Amino acid sequence: MTGAQDSGARQATAAPTSAPPAIELRGISKAFGSVQANKDISIRVMPGTIHGIIGENGAGKSTLMSILYGFYKADAGEILIDGKPTQIPDSQAAIRAGIGMVFQHFKLVQNFTVLENIILGVEDGPLLRPSLSKARKELKRLAEEYELHVDPDETIEELSVGHQQRVEILKALYRQADILILDEPTGVLTPAEADHLFRILDNLRQQGKTIILITHKLREIMEITDTVSVMRRGEMTATVKTSETSPEQLAELMVGRKVLLHVPKGPANPGETVLEIENLRVVDEDKVERLKGVDLTIRAGEILGIAGVSGNGQSELLEVLGGYARATGTIRINGQEIDLTGKHSDAQSRRHRGIAHVPEDRHHYGLILDFAAWENMVFGYHNEPEYQKNAMIMDNDGIVEKTAAAMEHFDVRPPIPTLPAKSFSGGNQQKIVLAREIERNPDLLLVGQPTRGVDIGAIEFIHKRIVELRDAGKAVLLVSVELDEIMSLSDRIAVMFDGQIMGERLPDETNERELGLLMAGIRDTKGAA
Amino acid sequence: MDKLPAWADIVLVPLISLLLAAVISAIVILAIGQDPWEAVRVMVQGALGSSYGWGYTLYYTTSFIFTGLAVTVAYHASQFNIGGEGQAQIGGLGVALVCLAVPWPHWTLALPAAMVGAALFGAAWAAIPAYLQAKRGSHIVITTIMFNYIASALIVYLLVEVLRPAGQMDPATARFPAGAALPTFKDIPGLNLIFDKKVPANVTFFIAIAACFAVWILLWRTRLGYQIRAYGKSERAAIYAGISPVKVIMIAMLISGGLAGMMAINNVMGEAERLLQNSAEGAGFIGIAVALMGRNHPLGVFLAALLFGFLYQGGAEMGLWTSIPIELRLLLQGLVILFTGALDNMVRMMLVPFFRNRAKEAA
Repeated sequence: MTGAQDSGARQATAAPTSAPPAIELRGISKAFGSVQANKDISIRVMPGTIHGIIGENGAGKSTLMSILYGFYKADAGEILIDGKPTQIPDSQAAIRAGIGMVFQHFKLVQNFTVLENIILGVEDGPLLRPSLSKARKELKRLAEEYELHVDPDETIEELSVGHQQRVEILKALYRQADILILDEPTGVLTPAEADHLFRILDNLRQQGKTIILITHKLREIMEITDTVSVMRRGEMTATVKTSETSPEQLAELMVGRKVLLHVPKGPANPGETVLEIENLRVVDEDKVERLKGVDLTIRAGEILGIAGVSGNGQSELLEVLGGYARATGTIRINGQEIDLTGKHSDAQSRRHRGIAHVPEDRHHYGLILDFAAWENMVFGYHNEPEYQKNAMIMDNDGIVEKTAAAMEHFDVRPPIPTLPAKSFSGGNQQKIVLAREIERNPDLLLVGQPTRGVDIGAIEFIHKRIVELRDAGKAVLLVSVELDEIMSLSDRIAVMFDGQIMGERLPDETNERELGLLMAGIRDTKGAA
Repeated sequence: MDKLPAWADIVLVPLISLLLAAVISAIVILAIGQDPWEAVRVMVQGALGSSYGWGYTLYYTTSFIFTGLAVTVAYHASQFNIGGEGQAQIGGLGVALVCLAVPWPHWTLALPAAMVGAALFGAAWAAIPAYLQAKRGSHIVITTIMFNYIASALIVYLLVEVLRPAGQMDPATARFPAGAALPTFKDIPGLNLIFDKKVPANVTFFIAIAACFAVWILLWRTRLGYQIRAYGKSERAAIYAGISPVKVIMIAMLISGGLAGMMAINNVMGEAERLLQNSAEGAGFIGIAVALMGRNHPLGVFLAALLFGFLYQGGAEMGLWTSIPIELRLLLQGLVILFTGALDNMVRMMLVPFFRNRAKEAA
């Protein structure tokens, strides 16, 4: 059985060249307790290529890379670097073997300068000055060679996320890495930063570096990689040339069944105006104006998508509507004004007015991770009479029963109401939140980043539910940094930049380029569209 | 990944922690040239070997249950109430005022009134730090510690200047009227068959058990408990759900202070029958250890309080009947707290590989 898989994997790898693969993994297996994280994985990465590894959360991508970088020891299998069998017992050995890793969560010292971070761990001697000046020269060379410009004397905390990532890449290059592993590198980047990163990666490839890109975003794979390997449940299900595959095929390989990347939806049938926002302003604790006079309306049976780079006021908009941030201006629900600062400006009051809210950050807001699923299923609605036994006591048994039904309805797996929320995968956690908010049958649903950290199979389900709610004549306000999601779900798109609405577009009459410009704050896009 | 089965987490880990504390205590006793077996024998004999010993052990247990529950309730709202000591002393003031205000005809009338007095005074003493935390962000640990000192000074002042009957030498209130005396185990029909000598354990023990049950209901069955636990786990999520942090902090701390105050029923009304200086005698602090070891669950608090009652009584006996100094009782308690509280994770990590192997064999 092992042999058959081996040959299958080999057949599928990129066309043989004279040079040995930069990295070859043979039959790597790794188990944690009873969980088989990697099962007999073989892969060949050719030098000077970008090799994508794609798979859902928990498919074993990160474990595999951790083995390659010496964090874990494989139970079986071997690693070959440039054709030579190599032992990688720790990350120092990985660095010596020419492997550099850029983690999803950067490992930088926040109050050190860029230069200090670069030389950390590779200082030449007890005195820093010689190392620093050497690093400064080297950094200048690298910056020119790969378009990796950062100010060497800036402290990390002053840098944007995109620049911090560049420092991580520079750190690896400074240690003479020929092989770069990037773990979900665009998760923290704005679209523009992501584009720039891809230009850098392309440059590195042309200079002969080998890059392994771990991601769960199909678009990135299609855009930049030469070869792509798909992982599912600890196994390598396929390795194909990127030019010979399609997003649909990759999605199917990832999930193990056909997946709709774009949920079909009919034309909207908008009714009465549900939400009216006029001149909404929010000033935060540091006296910075976060919303600078926002006007919006949403009608029943309509999805309004808010596009924008995160941090441009979308979160504040959701928080004000959800009832946990102060604001000035006017908000009307079904024609009636709601209290923005007084006694009825809290989240409970908003729920009573028919506003349900799937928050952007489900770990810190939408769920209590230590609470069981059933406790989370009434979170925010815990005062509703239907969940009480009497004036004091909650009807726990009844809630468990209702939760079991809702979990069934929303395909939450495993459907066990007593399991704590933290034991569910990201997609299933999001389904719990969605079930809670949608089952209340709200007039207006606020949805923030509905599919962040959610597996591709669950994305399809979540999108379907949002469209269903719209078709049932409800208003939906969708905030997402994923432009794809906004484009495919929205009936109208409003673009936010710097606390203002830059403009509204219809999804059929616009394109990503135009929206991208609006997201960057460039208002006059008539020529572009 | 590194998880233990629930039974191991709840039973095995504390048990091994206790064993480790006992082993180190034994080494210390050996080092000072004494016989640890003798110490164990005297402790067990003194605390559990007779109804007389039990009468003391359960008396201490009662106090520790109240202070342990007080810490537990506050903990679930993510408030670390270190002020149990002060709240218990002020609770004692409430008890004293109630008992002295009326010539109570019978304890069944005096007890409910004294309970209300104790709880109200204890809660009031917790209210100020709670308000400062909820509204001003002053850290509850700091303020409750300071309020312990203020309570102690206030009680001394009141005992010396206000409440001391004219001509009395020591700083204490007058003795409570006979109608306010609580029945001890020797006075309770049925129990008096076992407890034939006068012991300090009294009806408050049953109130403490009821309090355990009430706290369990509160935390895991009521809407209020749900909100307290939700806030305790995540403030941001609580705000998203429309739970008011100010309300939760205030209510949880009032209940916590009330429970600490109720301890005074046991020691002030049930035992001393007058208010003395430093009436809580450190039970407020032991409550922290009890809650920690009891995993902040009422059942655990009950069991941990029983253990500390045993250590307290057994330790006193050890000091009395062996040449091991009584200070060693503190060492023993300290080690138990160290192992069951601070080093809890160490013990757990030692057990993890064992269970991992077992899981592998089973698979």
